[in-house]
Amino acid sequence: MKKVIVSIAVLCVVLVAILVGCGPRGEVVYVHNWGEFIDMDVLDMFYEEYGIRVIYSTFESNERLYSLMQTGGATIDVIIPSDYMIARMVEEDMLYELNLSNIPNVRYIDPRFRSLAFDPDNRFSVAYKVGTVGLIYNSAMITEPITSWGAMFDPQFAGQIVMFDNPRDAFGIALLYLGYSMNTTDEAEIRRAFDLLVQQREILQAYVMDQIFEKMISGEAWIGAYYSPDFLTMLADNPDLRLVHPVEGANFFVDAMAIPRGAPNRSNAEKFINFMSRTDIALMNMSWSYYASANYMAAAIFSEQLTQVERDVVFTTDEVYARTEVFAHLPEHILELYNDLWIELRS
Amino acid sequence: MKPKHFTIPYIGWMAVFVVTPIILIFVYAFTTAAGEFTLANFARIAAFRSVFVNSFRLALIATLICIVIGYPVAYILSREVMRVQRLIIMLVMLPLWMNFLLRTYAWMSILENTGLLNRFLAFVGLPTLRIINTQVAVVIGMVYNFLPFMILPIYSVIMKIDKSLLESARDLGAPPLAVFSKVVFPLSLPGVLSGMTMVFVPAVSTFVITQLLGGGMVILLGDLIEMQFLGAAFNPHVGSAVALVMMFIVIVFMYVMNKFGGGEERAVGL
Repeated sequence: MKKVIVSIAVLCVVLVAILVGCGPRGEVVYVHNWGEFIDMDVLDMFYEEYGIRVIYSTFESNERLYSLMQTGGATIDVIIPSDYMIARMVEEDMLYELNLSNIPNVRYIDPRFRSLAFDPDNRFSVAYKVGTVGLIYNSAMITEPITSWGAMFDPQFAGQIVMFDNPRDAFGIALLYLGYSMNTTDEAEIRRAFDLLVQQREILQAYVMDQIFEKMISGEAWIGAYYSPDFLTMLADNPDLRLVHPVEGANFFVDAMAIPRGAPNRSNAEKFINFMSRTDIALMNMSWSYYASANYMAAAIFSEQLTQVERDVVFTTDEVYARTEVFAHLPEHILELYNDLWIELRS
Repeated sequence: MKPKHFTIPYIGWMAVFVVTPIILIFVYAFTTAAGEFTLANFARIAAFRSVFVNSFRLALIATLICIVIGYPVAYILSREVMRVQRLIIMLVMLPLWMNFLLRTYAWMSILENTGLLNRFLAFVGLPTLRIINTQVAVVIGMVYNFLPFMILPIYSVIMKIDKSLLESARDLGAPPLAVFSKVVFPLSLPGVLSGMTMVFVPAVSTFVITQLLGGGMVILLGDLIEMQFLGAAFNPHVGSAVALVMMFIVIVFMYVMNKFGGGEERAVGL
């Protein structure tokens, strides 16, 4: 019996050592961001300036982040999700209010990206990066210029079209083409968009996320939709590719920094948000990712360094911006409807 | 310390990382978001019938193909000299040293319409094939990824067959085919059964392969469960119910398979 107790004791010590031992000592801040959107050198710079070590991890979708936070079990001080997910988290009381006097660099955030619908009083979030969704096509295969989302549903291009593999972006495109709001809560409109997606499935090559890079570059697919700045990555490997913002409009996204409720290092988190909003840091991150910073000073400097083609992709022109729509958080029953229709579409 | 005490860490590990999650799945499957008991989560599964049918159909096809390819490989392998065996076993294992996602991505580049295979076919003047984004591509991905799990158990069981049994069969006048069909094959069945388990179970719950090779055109159970947890709506209750029903069907499958195996040499302890 004594030996059993010894064994259990050893096991406990090992488990505790595993769970506790690897935590770093000293001041830390846990940051959870999208993959690929930061110059990792800025994390070292933050440590040098503030003596706070950044424990950095990434997520691949807003929904994955939400799921992680719902199930608990993760220590996070700063998250950088998109607009509609911020709205959802605000609504479900998942975020701490920010003390903006600790974040003076918000004065550099472009007023266009402040006080947006997802956080009208700027109480919970500070915009970090912005961009659009655009239609990408191969001009070597399609010689007529494309101007409408209709191309994504055109039987003429059967077998050459790739579509977003997530319900929000996919339904968004169908809704835009039908002339509805991407944030509609009218079930009849959503069902009409669904019918369009069912028709599209017949002529579709595949549903893709990051596979689109390989498929557009190699010429495997001719038409697709994706996040505009990623187009530059594709263009570098295939100069025939073109990006357009169709006449019906497009999604405009704002990814913003926020502090989740329960964050253990709140003041460090505010320091980090302030640091990330600083012009030189914003510039470094922008130069690395080519996603437009919400910091207008950094944006102006970076804009000078780009070619005209790059500038139009990275920075949304006023003409395009006027046509865009930011995703809003939808009511639970509409999200359920999206989920059910999305599964029905593919089974 | 008696040897059985060494199992305590293992039991502890299993309790924390295997039993607890299954209990959680149970609890989630039978409750609502408010924590009340319900069977509604299971009622919603009726709508996902075709996903279940497709998953089990494709997994069965992949498992059968794995037996057809894997058994001869394991058998021929067991008759080679040790040096050759070691080399081939290493080659069978080699793909497993690479990341699963990477391997599957590589198949995407091979099977695409403008991929390696079709470029080769076009080069030698043969008609090209439309494989990518079909169920055929999904099955190819499953077979490729899970084949080692069929070969290895069969191989290790065949290797353990007492050679004197084969000698006595020959001495008693059995022709080579009869030695195989009456002695080797029946004795190797436990290996086939455990190979079937090890291929069928991950094949049923596959999800990345359908996205990369199937083009996401037809989703399988793994995708369905993922969509419940990480889709537009966060619905772990329906996701858990799907997972539970899938586990139940798999266990029934395994039980039936083991009935065929019979005797002491069951592949899995059911």
